[in-house]
Amino acid sequence: MTGDTLYRGKQVGRSVPRIEGRAKVTGRAEYIHNLRLPGMLVAKIFRSTVAHGRIRRIDVSAARAVEGVHQVVTGADIRSVIANPYYGPAFHDQPILALDKVRFVGEPVAVVLAADPHVAEAAAQLIVAEYDELPAVFEEVEAMTSKAVVHDVLKPAGTFADLKHLENRRDTNVALDYHLRRGDVDQAFATADRLFEHTFRTQQVLHLPLEPFVSVAETNGSTVTVHTASQGPSFVRTEIARLLGWPENRVRIRTAYLGGGFGAKLYIKLEALAVALALLARRPVKVALTMEEQFYQITKHPCTFRIKSGVKDGRITARECEVWWNGGAYADIGPRVTQKSGFTAAGPYDIDNVKIDSYALYTNRPPAGALRGFGIPQLVWAYESHTDLIARELGVDPLEFRRKNILRNGRPQATGTVMRDAEIEAVLERIAARMDWRKPVERGTGTIRRGRGMAIGFKAVIAPTTSVAIINLSADGSCAVYCSTVDMGQGSDTVIAQIVAEELNLPIEVITVVHPDTDVTPYDMGTLGSRGTYHMGNAVRLGCEDVRVKIRALENELNLAPGTNVPVTELFKRKYGMQAGNIVGVGSFVPTYKSPDHDTGLTPNATPFWMIGGSGAEVEVDTETGHVKVVKLVNVADVGRPINPKIVEAQLSGAATMQLGFTMFEEMQLDAGQVTNASLADYKIPGLRDLPAMENEAVAANQHDGPFGAKGVGESGTFGVSPAIANAIHDAVGVRLTELPLTAEAVYRALRKAQNNPIEDA
Amino acid sequence: MSAKRTIRFTLNGQKVTADVAPHHNLVEVLQDQFALFGARESCSQGLCGCCTVLVNGKAVSGCLYIAAFVDGAEVSTVEGLAAGDRLSPVQEAFIETNAFQCGFCTPGFVLMTTQLLDEHADPDDEQIKHYLSGNLCRCAAYPEIVQAVKLAARKRKGA
Repeated sequence: MTGDTLYRGKQVGRSVPRIEGRAKVTGRAEYIHNLRLPGMLVAKIFRSTVAHGRIRRIDVSAARAVEGVHQVVTGADIRSVIANPYYGPAFHDQPILALDKVRFVGEPVAVVLAADPHVAEAAAQLIVAEYDELPAVFEEVEAMTSKAVVHDVLKPAGTFADLKHLENRRDTNVALDYHLRRGDVDQAFATADRLFEHTFRTQQVLHLPLEPFVSVAETNGSTVTVHTASQGPSFVRTEIARLLGWPENRVRIRTAYLGGGFGAKLYIKLEALAVALALLARRPVKVALTMEEQFYQITKHPCTFRIKSGVKDGRITARECEVWWNGGAYADIGPRVTQKSGFTAAGPYDIDNVKIDSYALYTNRPPAGALRGFGIPQLVWAYESHTDLIARELGVDPLEFRRKNILRNGRPQATGTVMRDAEIEAVLERIAARMDWRKPVERGTGTIRRGRGMAIGFKAVIAPTTSVAIINLSADGSCAVYCSTVDMGQGSDTVIAQIVAEELNLPIEVITVVHPDTDVTPYDMGTLGSRGTYHMGNAVRLGCEDVRVKIRALENELNLAPGTNVPVTELFKRKYGMQAGNIVGVGSFVPTYKSPDHDTGLTPNATPFWMIGGSGAEVEVDTETGHVKVVKLVNVADVGRPINPKIVEAQLSGAATMQLGFTMFEEMQLDAGQVTNASLADYKIPGLRDLPAMENEAVAANQHDGPFGAKGVGESGTFGVSPAIANAIHDAVGVRLTELPLTAEAVYRALRKAQNNPIEDA
Repeated sequence: MSAKRTIRFTLNGQKVTADVAPHHNLVEVLQDQFALFGARESCSQGLCGCCTVLVNGKAVSGCLYIAAFVDGAEVSTVEGLAAGDRLSPVQEAFIETNAFQCGFCTPGFVLMTTQLLDEHADPDDEQIKHYLSGNLCRCAAYPEIVQAVKLAARKRKGA
């Protein structure tokens, strides 16, 4: 904002190196993982060994007797500081420590506190708990009718209007049922040329951020501070204040850089436990999970999806979707996944008659929540596998079939919302071009067969949500941005700094982004669902506008003409007589939105913006072993106009690689509800050797009301990966896999079955 | 918990002592006694590489490395790579190629790349994979990391 140097016009659309680069490559970036406070105790959690049972007895006497143990805490003790200790974003269903019942293997039952983590760990092993086991239910479709009921009564949080009707509902595992009705599906099925029906499943996987969950709480009795690796500090504050019955201004939540998030560290996780323990112990308490314990904290919904389509003259005329989401023992944000993703279950196609039924189910598995796509990858897996099967059955090229049915701008989506700034067609065409789709595939001979596949998906950003930003211009011309967007690796600090640099005509180097601290940074709904760039980006822009208005007012006050080139540092000096004072701008952004009708699911304004993502895959399948090698993976997305192209590309390739793990090998193995592969030794995540040749592209696009035309990007790279690969496998060897992951064993079994020579199970 | 004993070693070029119990691993000692947090425990099984530390020039998993064993050794952590404000060529290359996202695994990759380039000044793709496949990045910044290794190799040759 100096008069002579111009930065405006050069800050956005440029691959600025990340502003925290030096801190990260020198090992000095701040993570809550590193935090130690004077007098701090460390918590070690004792967990349930049964999937569903009434607690008969918890014996902590031996643990309490260990030298160095400060305290041992059970659910009953928690009640002495938090009377109604149930938390959660959608339902108040999760006890801080188990009370009366346990509902999954791994549920926290008791905690040992000690200054030395080794002491706490050794003592926790001396705790004994006895349970009266209850029948358990693990599968989502079975949970619809199971006599095993996970929660006796539903307890919706009241935060969301569309969950209120569930209050006090009894003896059901259905946490939410969402329905959409558009046109007349039955009539259209009756007049269709052909009907197609398939059922697809996805497995349970998890986020596994390399910085495991960690929260540190400290309290003086009248205020509480939680240092936490959280993607949603504002929500955590509201929820802790509610649990304590305190006003929000006595609760302070702060974060640092996160060592990965991916949706795991959303809403409230360890924070309530850390606060309760700090209140009980009257000392700072750190609750830090191990890698193994992450398998019991939050996971991705396994899903069963039955999809049926009617086709007439090569056009999809009707589609019926039934989706069951396995939410595990506690709802977390599952009911929102059910609704917010449910309404796109029919896919990015122009279909006049749509019927969707989407159910969130409680089961006795570890809880499920949001994981990079909020349910969308599960849906795309099903509808794009289904689309490919229809095209094959009809003998039509899958690209041509999609071209004929694709949802274009100006046409209504299933909710009735008319599509805008959604470059679905461009994404499809760019995948086709990069895959050289017109050229026939070199199929190979002998035991190695080649094939290719494609898939496209879309997602509506969550609505309605709010972001607030404060821009503080100091008298030396430097600038600090106060906002509660969390940089968990996606690069938000850099992108926010670029927006401010552009808006205020400043070099990036003089801008800092203050990390979330609810005593300082204003409200933000959360860093989730690819909403940050658009929502916080817009709030930051508005805050900068406010700063410019205030600078103009100061110039007026100093009798300077509009357009003066007097540097802002000089303005401060003239006003205050020295380098002093601040100019503070505030921006608040909440997009328009209209809730869907409860009965029909219809709304004219379902979302502020659409994310479009798709992939093309080329594979080699070894028919002797079933081994699949992905030789090429193309990921294309509509992200609006990228603010930082290099960061955008990294998001696309990172998301696609994560989804590649979920597609090819990641799977939580459960035996009677017990996770049997809860470690990186037994649960493999993608490494350098798993990477195919990859191409990533953001298509030419513009989000009309996004900051500089931008919208979200974090999840779009995940959408098409799984079905593109399954479609390519089908193309290569003629077998269809309907369940993830696409392991060599699954492919080989399918090949043997196709030869009428199935492998008998031992 | 067993008695502690005093060990002496060289840490990032400085002679130091530490009081360690037999069950303490190297990461704990670096964090608790030297406030060095670049090596961090994540998987606790020596599989992810977040806890990478160089002991006598060779990468080890600090979460599995008994701290008492560094008695008399040369220990280098990511914090020791820069000369004052001047980053090492590997560190510079990681910044210039955007070879990180959340940064939690980054010190491990930087150290492993340092050892790779010490042993192979001009590594081919297979050597890069061989050295770096024991480090995991959940953000999957792998394409950028490979670019960083190649850029760092060029920088070191030019230096």
